[in-house]
Amino acid sequence: MALNRVIARLDIKKNRLIKGMHLEGWRFLPKPANEYCKHYYQNGIDEIIYIDVVASLYGRDALIDIIKESTNDVFVPITAGGGVKSVDDAWALLRAGADKVAVCSAAIKNPKLIEEIADRFGRQCMVLSIQAQKNETTKKYDAYYDIGRENSGLDALEWMKEGVKLGAGEILLTCINTEGTRKGYDLELIEAASKLVNVPLIASGGAGTMDHVSDAMKRGANAAALAHAFHFNTIDIQDLKSHLREENIAVRKG
Amino acid sequence: MRVGIIDYGMSNLLSISRAIEKIGARVELLENPDKLVQMDKVILPGVGAFPKGMKSIREGGFEDAILAYAKTGKDFLGICLGMQMLLSQGQEIEQTDGLDLIEGECLDLPKTDSTGNINIVPHVGWEKIENFVDSNFTELDNSYMYFVHSFYAKPKNTGDILCTSSFGDLTFASGIQMENVTGFQFHPEKSGEKGLNLLTKFLNK
Repeated sequence: MALNRVIARLDIKKNRLIKGMHLEGWRFLPKPANEYCKHYYQNGIDEIIYIDVVASLYGRDALIDIIKESTNDVFVPITAGGGVKSVDDAWALLRAGADKVAVCSAAIKNPKLIEEIADRFGRQCMVLSIQAQKNETTKKYDAYYDIGRENSGLDALEWMKEGVKLGAGEILLTCINTEGTRKGYDLELIEAASKLVNVPLIASGGAGTMDHVSDAMKRGANAAALAHAFHFNTIDIQDLKSHLREENIAVRKG
Repeated sequence: MRVGIIDYGMSNLLSISRAIEKIGARVELLENPDKLVQMDKVILPGVGAFPKGMKSIREGGFEDAILAYAKTGKDFLGICLGMQMLLSQGQEIEQTDGLDLIEGECLDLPKTDSTGNINIVPHVGWEKIENFVDSNFTELDNSYMYFVHSFYAKPKNTGDILCTSSFGDLTFASGIQMENVTGFQFHPEKSGEKGLNLLTKFLNK
């Protein structure tokens, strides 16, 4: 059995790490993004996710530079996303040292892109990023895009299933309602999603305590992405891994 | 020490180059076969499909140079697709002759286990490597490495299995070795400090 993974999610703007709430109200953190990334690697992180939240406005050069720089010191898998609109965009990130690409908006607008990236680089490279927000009227989850600004009108879970059929090898499932709140992942969403697909599922949005992370994994997440808790050093990576082991969740020692 | 990394257009060379440099060795990217024989160690990386990989090696004129280098007795390492191509044959897409440095073939990972449970292919993630037979590497027994693959190596001689890992209820050769030719299915350059440690042991062996 492959191990459950603890992932650091770094949302970036230009070369700076940022953190928001509900995917908005972004604030800059003091140091360059790379320094956080290197620190997480040295503390035993299993994987890194970089999402450039302004790539669609300013292009991906900043993200490419950050990834290249990261490969000097970071020797675990890196997923990169933000404004990936074509196979060529994906290739530019992979060539810079990323192992996988995360695609959200462009996949909603052009689902064939999922197929094209999977065909060219393998399914494992194609991470479908889903920004889900609960619709209080329908009680279902809508799939948003453009960093949580636009509602696609698609049902997030149906879209996820469709994306896996098209070739997505992994799901990055961000719940907009819980993102940045530190009140815990949306366990209902995670459980529903994990029952629908058999590719790895990364829970994202809302981790504030170590129990939040173990709860998400018990409800079906194969990996948990943390941002705030790592960036503001409220959860230590090694402490989290010890906690997960105590909860009988297998994670890598490292 | 001069470590040559073969650049035949099938791989992101940055990660493996940076990992070797981190360890403290000098990396030379080999875009043509001429300098191969001057290297102290040579690495064949690779991501992608077996037939295209072999085609690129042959078109780049690397095949004869690799075979000649292997005869010198200096260490040669294949990683991922680079490991699979060390074998006699690959069955991915169509049967294709490999470098045949280690007898055996490269087969599809099974889509189900022996009881019919679905195995998820490609096999991606951190998996244990164990049962090392070479004392250079035994310290890394039971460590976790990062895998991304849909095919696996089946050496003809079990003596060429360097270490094993599990996929569903299949035990497969995650490392193979015959004399100076070594292959890893996983990516040591993406496997954290244990991965760097393993690469260090390869360079020092």
